[in-house]
Amino acid sequence: MINYQAIRVIYKYEMLRAWKTLLQTIASPVISTSLYFVVFGAAIGSRIEQIEGVSYGVFIVPGLVMLSLLTQSIANASFAIFFPKFTGTIYEVMSAPISFFEIVVGYVGAAASKSLILGIIILLTANLFVDLNIAHPFIMTLFLVLTCISFALFGFIIGLWATNFEKLQLIPLLVITPLVFLGGSFYSVSMLPPVWQTVTLFNPVLYLISGFRWSFFEVADVSVGISLAIIGLFLLACLALVWWMFKTGYRLRN
Amino acid sequence: MQPIVSIQSLSKVYDSGYQALCAVDLDIFEGEILALLGPNGAGKTTLISIICGIVSGSTGSVRVAGHDIVSEYRITRDLIGLVPQELTLGAFDTVWNTVNFSRGLFGKKPDVAYLEQLLKDLSLWDKRDSELRELSGGMKRRVLIAKALSHEPRILFLDEPTAGVDVELRQDMWKMVHRLNDSGVTIILTTHYIEEAEEIADRVGIINQGQLLLVDDKKNLMQKLGKKQLLIELRHSIGQIPPELAQYELETSADGAHLIYTYDTQGERTGITALLQDLHNAGLAMKDLKSSQTSLEEIFVSLVRAQ
Ligand SMILES: Nc1ncnc2c1ncn2[C@@H]1O[C@H](COP(=O)(O)OP(=O)(O)O)[C@@H](O)[C@H]1O
Ligand SMILES: [Mg+2]
Repeated sequence: MINYQAIRVIYKYEMLRAWKTLLQTIASPVISTSLYFVVFGAAIGSRIEQIEGVSYGVFIVPGLVMLSLLTQSIANASFAIFFPKFTGTIYEVMSAPISFFEIVVGYVGAAASKSLILGIIILLTANLFVDLNIAHPFIMTLFLVLTCISFALFGFIIGLWATNFEKLQLIPLLVITPLVFLGGSFYSVSMLPPVWQTVTLFNPVLYLISGFRWSFFEVADVSVGISLAIIGLFLLACLALVWWMFKTGYRLRN
Repeated sequence: MQPIVSIQSLSKVYDSGYQALCAVDLDIFEGEILALLGPNGAGKTTLISIICGIVSGSTGSVRVAGHDIVSEYRITRDLIGLVPQELTLGAFDTVWNTVNFSRGLFGKKPDVAYLEQLLKDLSLWDKRDSELRELSGGMKRRVLIAKALSHEPRILFLDEPTAGVDVELRQDMWKMVHRLNDSGVTIILTTHYIEEAEEIADRVGIINQGQLLLVDDKKNLMQKLGKKQLLIELRHSIGQIPPELAQYELETSADGAHLIYTYDTQGERTGITALLQDLHNAGLAMKDLKSSQTSLEEIFVSLVRAQ
């Protein structure tokens, strides 16, 4: 038995909240993407040669999308669950006849949907600056969706774990942002010295960006199969962790 | 009769190590109004939170309508509505959206007519499009009640419903409680105001330091523990009590025109007949007689002291 009504209202009212701040929701990614293009694409990019046959301005598009997708998925989902915890309104969700499954589908689904829309907006904005050709639209969509869902789940875990606003910001700031910048968002790993190439292979975000980039240009640092496997594993690990958190009532019911 | 809520040796130790409930046993019956009375920190909110699924119990069990609240939580939570102690509401949702959200959370299909009537009953209909942050404290309390009733629960918990509430809302609330109760809804409310329990409840449970000291019908409780006082108005004031009446431990009023006799309603004999006879023998003429019962307040104070 699944409480579909609960999933529906959680999803609906989470989306409604974004709708109210629509301007902010759309304007900020459009502006920041444009800025990246002006700075990296036009100013610096004109001095950088093509990377593996792709002009620099085009090359950074997948990395830019991933950068926003990761940070926004985490921010959306962590805030969505942290805030009710913080204000106390979570009592209602806890006292309702719903399982962790419905809570997660509602909140994580909404957070992932929002960042998916964001990813599409960024791609459209990028398309204004450069000519984008997507070699494998299906694989690209798969990466987009999987990334949104798994990082929204990860954000949800952070939101459950965080007991204050500092902790809420801690992991995105200290872990995610560096991993994204060092994961080859703005360069190809092959441009690094050999030692750093090896170190970078331990960065999970590299696999994401590499696979995503492959779906555009058929250019990759690691094989696409490995990329998909890594993101799949990450998704499963997050699911297991959330399941455990709800099962034990972690920081919610004790 | 099978209880609608059955609590068996329920204990709660918080992660901090604090024991908030010690082996509480309590049966709540369908259709009654039960008041849980106890000072701040007694464990009232903890007890309610466990039954509603917000906090997990450490040991013991709770059954609602015969179903276990842990393994059959979908059935039990469906039957329960909760009005929390704190005014915990989102800021930017509208009244209409928040009650629709609550109804959906509990798995019920949207029902515009029902929610419209509910908001009208709570004088919230005019405010349906207002954002929650624009509402006064009293209005927020009404919204919390509307949310709790949005899924048509059979059992309603009200956690300190009148804390910080004005007279008008208080009266509205009691009217609503009686109306719901008449339609068969079981009501459990917590309070640390004794008058409140006395005013509204059928039964009263007294809780202190995590222990349920006793539960009884309000009437029984007062009879069982209550003392009665007999106020005797004399035709003529007296300076002091005649020695032959010493055994009755009478008190006199300041003006000497009244005598107060305190007796135990549980006692085999109240001693009233003998007292009246002795008064007559001592030559004191009575003008009037009045008896009064101890308030719950006094019962409560004596119980908590005895602990
Ligand atoms: N989450 C918690 N962690 C630790 N102690 C708690 C927690 N919640 C309540 N308590 C403690 O448990 C006791 C009972 O609290 P509560 O059930 O809120 O009492 P009441 O509602 O009767 O005022 C209090 O001493 C309170 O400090
Ligand atoms: Mg309380």
